[in-house]
Amino acid sequence: MNLKYSKDYQRFREEVRQFIKDHWTEEDVAANPQLSEMAQGLGSSPRTDERATAFRRAAAERGYMYRHVPRAYGGGEQAPDPLKATILVEELKAAKAPVELMSQGPAMLVPTLLAHGTEEQKKQYVESTLLGHVRWCQGYSEPGAGSDLASLRTSGVLEGDHWVVNGQKIWTSNAREADMMFALIRTEPDEPKHDGISYLLIDMKTQGIDVRPLRQMDGDAHFNEVFLDNVRVPRDSVVGERGQGWYVSRSTLKAERALIGNASMARRTFDGAVALAQMTQVRGRPAIEDPVIRDRLTDLESRVLAAEYNGFRLLTESAKGHDGGLAGLVTKLHTSTLAHDVSKLAMNISSDAAMLAPGEEHAPFAGMLVQSYIMYYALAIGGGAPNIQRNVIGERGLGLPRDPRR
Amino acid sequence: MDFGLSEEQTLLQDTVKRFAQAECPSTRVRQVMESDDGHDPALWQGLAELGVAGMTVPTEHGGAGLELLDLALIADVLGWAATPGPFLGNAMATTALCASDSDAQNQWLPGVATGETLLTVAFGEGIGEWDAGAVETKATGGKLSGVKSLVPYAGVSDALIVSAMDGDGPGLWAVERGASGMQISALTGNDQTRRVSRVHFDGTPATKIAAGRTAADRARDVGLVLLAADASGGAHRCLEMTTDYALTREQFGQIIGAFQGVKHQLANLACDLEPAVSLWWYAAHAFDHINDKSERHAALSKAHLTDLYDTTVRYAIELHGGIGFTWEYDLHLWFRRAMFDRAFLGESSYHRRRAADLAGW
Ligand SMILES: Cc1cc2nc3c(=O)[nH]c(=O)nc-3n(C[C@H](O)[C@H](O)[C@H](O)COP(=O)(O)OP(=O)(O)OC[C@H]3O[C@@H](n4cnc5c(N)ncnc54)[C@H](O)[C@@H]3O)c2cc1C
Repeated sequence: MNLKYSKDYQRFREEVRQFIKDHWTEEDVAANPQLSEMAQGLGSSPRTDERATAFRRAAAERGYMYRHVPRAYGGGEQAPDPLKATILVEELKAAKAPVELMSQGPAMLVPTLLAHGTEEQKKQYVESTLLGHVRWCQGYSEPGAGSDLASLRTSGVLEGDHWVVNGQKIWTSNAREADMMFALIRTEPDEPKHDGISYLLIDMKTQGIDVRPLRQMDGDAHFNEVFLDNVRVPRDSVVGERGQGWYVSRSTLKAERALIGNASMARRTFDGAVALAQMTQVRGRPAIEDPVIRDRLTDLESRVLAAEYNGFRLLTESAKGHDGGLAGLVTKLHTSTLAHDVSKLAMNISSDAAMLAPGEEHAPFAGMLVQSYIMYYALAIGGGAPNIQRNVIGERGLGLPRDPRR
Repeated sequence: MDFGLSEEQTLLQDTVKRFAQAECPSTRVRQVMESDDGHDPALWQGLAELGVAGMTVPTEHGGAGLELLDLALIADVLGWAATPGPFLGNAMATTALCASDSDAQNQWLPGVATGETLLTVAFGEGIGEWDAGAVETKATGGKLSGVKSLVPYAGVSDALIVSAMDGDGPGLWAVERGASGMQISALTGNDQTRRVSRVHFDGTPATKIAAGRTAADRARDVGLVLLAADASGGAHRCLEMTTDYALTREQFGQIIGAFQGVKHQLANLACDLEPAVSLWWYAAHAFDHINDKSERHAALSKAHLTDLYDTTVRYAIELHGGIGFTWEYDLHLWFRRAMFDRAFLGESSYHRRRAADLAGW
């Protein structure tokens, strides 16, 4: 084990600092007034304007961003190095500069295209997705196909140069804002259920697509129903082989688990919770002085640290070409449960102010706390509900028998 | 950046594990448990030959000069196998000596390196008091007076490293076996694989080996990390045993591991346990390399892993049903180890409070 910030790393930090100074001015910071330090801790909004794009481009060129993506497609093309990644995030955060976009396109579609896409698809979509110029939604779930995703029924029939797609997707996050959808479509109705699916890239402006917002339990409507009525999709929009979509989507799902299984969300919320406990007076005393709160905070901190170090361990393994085994399979369930537990404690620290809706003057962190608290429920379900994750861990991780399947 | 074990470390761990599997099956654990002093010199000598006793002793004193992570990997295996014996107190005392004056090092470390000399620490007092700055044992004119509770393997150790106060404040003293005015009373612990005694000192001759509290604090941190590693190994063993059982036990016409309720409980345990391994790895590494994080991480990892051990054992017993509650079945060996790990050197909430203080919250 070697976790030292050696001279090389210290030099790297200096270089990054200098780079940020050169590319992200006070003016840039001011152009988008960020939330307070503590509110930031609970999640801040990323920018995709011209300045941010220019900055991300330059950072990728320097190898500072999208380090796993080849240069030919606009990435940084660097060997995995968790210490460098940590330094980068620390410095970018400190300077309030743009960080990597982590939405479904960059985090899920890009790894899939890199693994299975044609040269043209990669050229066309990877960089524009990383910069936020092409926004994606994920069209997997259907009313009758959630956990049992492979039973999906939206059909695609090849007619000349086009797939004609009919059916319905549901729970589709950001479908209204998205330019494109990556979708699983049944194209080989006669094949067994896992072998009849293709992975299609669909332009959301195509005629026949109807997006209807669904209201979520937090009152917002980020997700939607998407109806597809004779939607014509160019034949070469298939990623990977026709009928192999299920296997192609595995890299998306793996990336999704890695995205959700990342400790950073829990860390941000935890830092926010500590700050909150320091500044909140409950019954005349700072909440941080309450022994029960201190105990709970340090208990949760152990779990946050375990999640972070587990991430380091997995990166070290993957740099050696190993898969993370059990330690890799548990991350999504571990970190989504953790993020939930941390935000629950933050609600507790807020005492009775936690009952105030976002927008109320005294709502903790201008309501962001409540929003993230509710968001973590979505995190637990999206990409596979907790029980499904438990199945995966039990079956693939511990070697227990598979659930009965029809 | 490398957050992983070296080949040497993996090899070391495998070697000790093979030894533990061959030499320390549960039948032998039970024999030692039933012995008077809970110490099996042949077993200890076997471990010493693998380098376990002298792992962190500097090379100039004949040891291997390795780091706490190496030692903790062994503690992990010993926890896995529920190996009885004086490993923990000896390791803590060794650390205390390494942070003490050179006369004491010259006198004791060469014997420790070979496993011929056995040491232990007498740190705890009263109930729950482990802070070197708060002890009531007094040293005046080279003589100790006071009472130490929960001293591991006092009866079979060649010397005790004792925390006490003199006119200059806290410090450490060495007391040799057979010193006058020392009275050892064995206590019956829940965990018979690691014995403890109460030790009275009444004008007992002792040599001051370190001034201040640093040496005692370092030794305590080593103890905390080793307990975390022991808990990790033990909890993994419980998970393995229970998974094996779930793959063989049949009810309602199928093996119980096919029931989701069972599968999910096991998955939850794995989910909490697996990431926690990296927590004590980090704490052990920090002890040697990241000075400003070592004390806090030792506290956090001990609290976290020993709580997890407790939870894991509980579900392991539940999932075994009636057989899990029998004396014949081995699970209770780990159940008892979990009780020791949780309590020794201070309970979880105590260490979490310390961690909060250390963070400056
Ligand atoms: C906020 C949010 C955003 C989402 N965004 C998207 C998106 O952008 N694109 C997209 O395609 N999908 C999206 N989803 C859908 C998500 O992937 C599904 O909701 C999820 O996979 C569960 O499917 P389901 O809702 O049909 O639940 P069901 O599959 O009906 O499950 C219901 C319950 O039964 C349990 N269950 C089912 N089968 C088993 C089993 N074998 N063993 C044990 N328990 C079982 C589940 O764990 C769950 O608790 C989103 C979901 C949420 C909440």
